[in-house]
Amino acid sequence: MSAAVAVRPRAAGVRLWVRAFPTLLRIGLAEALAYRAEMLVWMLTTTMPLVSMVLWQSAAQGTQLGPTKLGSAELTAYFLLTLVVRLSTSSWVLWLLTEDIRSGALAQRLLRPVHPLLGYVASQLASMPLRGALVLPLAIALLWNLSPHSLTHDPVQVALFVLSLPGAWLLSFLSMTFVGLLAFYIDSAAGLFYVWVGLYTIFSGYLIPLVLLPTWLGKLATWLPFQYMLEVPVRMLLGWPIAGGARDTVAGRLAALQSLGIQYLYVGVLLLAVMLLWRAGLRRYAAFGG
Amino acid sequence: MSSPMPTTLQEQVPTRLMWRYLRLLWLQVRMSLISQLQYRWNFLVLGLMQVFWLFVSAVPLWVAFSARAAAQGQSMANTELGGWGLYSSMLVLGVFSLLKAVLDGAINPSLAAVVEHIRKGTLDFVLLKPADAQFLVSTARFEPWHVLDGMASLLLIGYAAHKQGVLAVGAGPLLLAVTSCVVLFLCAILMLYSLWLLVVCAAFYVVRIDNLSYLFTAVLDFARWPRAVFKGALLVVFTYVIPLTVMTSYPVDALLQRLQLSQALWAVGGAGLLLTISRFTWRRAIRQYASASS
Repeated sequence: MSAAVAVRPRAAGVRLWVRAFPTLLRIGLAEALAYRAEMLVWMLTTTMPLVSMVLWQSAAQGTQLGPTKLGSAELTAYFLLTLVVRLSTSSWVLWLLTEDIRSGALAQRLLRPVHPLLGYVASQLASMPLRGALVLPLAIALLWNLSPHSLTHDPVQVALFVLSLPGAWLLSFLSMTFVGLLAFYIDSAAGLFYVWVGLYTIFSGYLIPLVLLPTWLGKLATWLPFQYMLEVPVRMLLGWPIAGGARDTVAGRLAALQSLGIQYLYVGVLLLAVMLLWRAGLRRYAAFGG
Repeated sequence: MSSPMPTTLQEQVPTRLMWRYLRLLWLQVRMSLISQLQYRWNFLVLGLMQVFWLFVSAVPLWVAFSARAAAQGQSMANTELGGWGLYSSMLVLGVFSLLKAVLDGAINPSLAAVVEHIRKGTLDFVLLKPADAQFLVSTARFEPWHVLDGMASLLLIGYAAHKQGVLAVGAGPLLLAVTSCVVLFLCAILMLYSLWLLVVCAAFYVVRIDNLSYLFTAVLDFARWPRAVFKGALLVVFTYVIPLTVMTSYPVDALLQRLQLSQALWAVGGAGLLLTISRFTWRRAIRQYASASS
């Protein structure tokens, strides 16, 4: 099977993908619309930022936490934005992928002249309009209620935030795909995924703003890719760090730009890793099927 | 009781009826065990995963307390969130994860299957059996690996109780504290079960919501913190509408001997009320249920 794919001239393949992509998007949108009630319920299940918020609000009551002196208002803004970023950048490709590998439906996808991973990308992207329709009102209402002081006033940082959202989505999509592709090798990739989620919740800033982590954990977090999926975009819009009022400065812009660069670097690395694992895994998969 | 369901059992002597249902329960548990033991490797992996999760969920609590202690220049032992110290909060987390182990191991699998039954129309087969349908669907499936995270939660509770000095009181008060804690925890299980049953009943009316169980679990997540973190409207909702604080904070209050008798009675009464409401709603839902095949 992989031989057939290799034989086709690459340029023709790309042209085919470009032509097929709008159709794939249309199919994805139709699917998303058909399951709109479920989508709404799925989005409502993202309660964790709010669960964290109530804890940190009371932890900061009457005091200011950490080296950057986070008060109750800042932490509230932080977790509400976490909720918005999480809702707008998450995907469920892992479940699609592991189910397709397990049930053998992947074989059908392989028969299509479009790369299966591109099919997953289309199905996830197509749900965006609907998700946007649900998230945007929430985001606007939240931003309206937050004190204007808690957000950045720098248009550059806002622009960087907007640019970082696709990066965050790509990172979460690609890392999920990577873990899902491990299902070619091990029976229960879902178990492995729990470990990944555990690391994510700690090191992405989902449960705890990273500045509040103990020093050694915080250091570890800066080296891991998880923060680029969640806290880095959030920080850009908040204009953190804000210790001593040093905010919306050139240094802040540069730091944000650097984070954006590292984020897309991680995207590149993960993309490469996914492609390699896909090839190697597919050879195995073909062997399984006979 | 007038009902369109088979009534043979309801005409029997109460004690014989109870024995019969206990035997039935044992049979259902054994069936689950046998089918789950085919996946022994899963048992270990999933169990360990749950224990790992318990640790992850304890991290924010610990970090929040140490950040507050540092900000106020106090020791961890003197740091409080509205009257709840680190170890009493950990007790709440322990009770929460024990409750969650019960939910995931004994309540969730069965009741999630009901939603599936309703969707496929196979609930008819359950309704045809000569026993109470609610009993049958509620005991249909158990996931025994949650015994592992239940034990881990008990260890956490034991550790936190030791640190909190719960065990230092005399034998008499300790017995009373532990007994009332256990009673309130059983009430919490009943409340959880009743709420879940109400969610399942919703599936009779809105069929296409098989991910409702995730929503339920997501809301339950708020119960992991002591009740002092909730303020205003949230406190009212989580005490009277979805009684999360009653489920996890009250048992700890009882263990720390600071729960008033009236609160305890309210909790027990509330559990009874919820159970009655859910039973009533279930019977109504069953009565108007027109199967997919008819």
